[in-house]
Amino acid sequence: MQHPREWPLFEVFVRARGGLDHKHVGSVHATDTRMAIEHARDLYTRRQEGVSIWVVRSADIAASDPGEADSLFEPARDKVYRHPTFYDIPDEVKTL
Amino acid sequence: MSEAASVAADTLFRYVLRLGDMSLVLAQRLGEWVGHAPALEEDLGLANIALDLIGQSRFLLSYAGELEGNGRSEDDLAFLREHRDYLNPILVEQPNGDFAHSIVRQVLIDAFQLALYERLVHSSDERLASIAAKSVKEIRYHLRYSGGWLVRLGDGTAESHARTQAALQSLWRYTGELFAEDELDRSMCGHGVAPSLAEVQTAWGARIDDLLTAATLQRPAGQAHAWHGKRGEHSEHLGYILADMQHMQRTYPGARW
Repeated sequence: MQHPREWPLFEVFVRARGGLDHKHVGSVHATDTRMAIEHARDLYTRRQEGVSIWVVRSADIAASDPGEADSLFEPARDKVYRHPTFYDIPDEVKTL
Repeated sequence: MSEAASVAADTLFRYVLRLGDMSLVLAQRLGEWVGHAPALEEDLGLANIALDLIGQSRFLLSYAGELEGNGRSEDDLAFLREHRDYLNPILVEQPNGDFAHSIVRQVLIDAFQLALYERLVHSSDERLASIAAKSVKEIRYHLRYSGGWLVRLGDGTAESHARTQAALQSLWRYTGELFAEDELDRSMCGHGVAPSLAEVQTAWGARIDDLLTAATLQRPAGQAHAWHGKRGEHSEHLGYILADMQHMQRTYPGARW
């Protein structure tokens, strides 16, 4: 439970450079989104790690329940046919 | 250096020192917050700003040393000058006080530096113009940070509002010095090295008014000034700052990391 006088927690996502996805890098405490972006900038991009920042209140993230992991993720284990490993890739195709 | 070449090097030296000392002394003040800020994130935020300011002062003091031509390095100028040779305005040496006090001081200086450096980018002195071009991006962020806090505190609780207004009341009197033009300022302006301080004041005032309105704070009346930090006449505070900052070099001359 969050202490009432503590600032809310924000999750921070940083895009390393144009074209890449935003990746989760950590979290910061802040009173609002503007401050969260400033804190994230100072904490996570001071060594040129990024060109864009997303923040979202940690409380606003809905997460899957680890207790349900069996029913959520186990069924995918034996369905190897979902992996695209049964195709012959022509030699000319380099970037697949 | 084409047009600026007509400016005497020792005159330009003093002007560049003014700029460098303003950044250096403010950085030293901000450094005092490290380990004491209201949150770990603010520790880092203030330290980051301090490091930007130290970076600016390094460029400026190195340049000043070259202009002087006596072989003094940035370190010599930072660590081995007496307080009367420091040419920063009195505002930056004012004690930190509470967090609101430091934020108000920061807003007043950030807005001043921004208005000044936005114009120094067009300086006839190429070296100064390039230092300004690099610094102005940092300063724009500093004002974003300090201005955000000013609004949050001013438009926050009754207590944060009262503390911020009190800080504004107490620091406002030192802003007059920023815009008081003396012979050196006029000479720099005349040679196109620096903008006119009247123009800087107009830009500063507009930004400050916007921020104060958003922060529901009252602009204090009058900017009377009887301070001449820019001429080396300082408050007693600077002596303590320099004692802190310089004791290592003075105790162990030439010590290096």
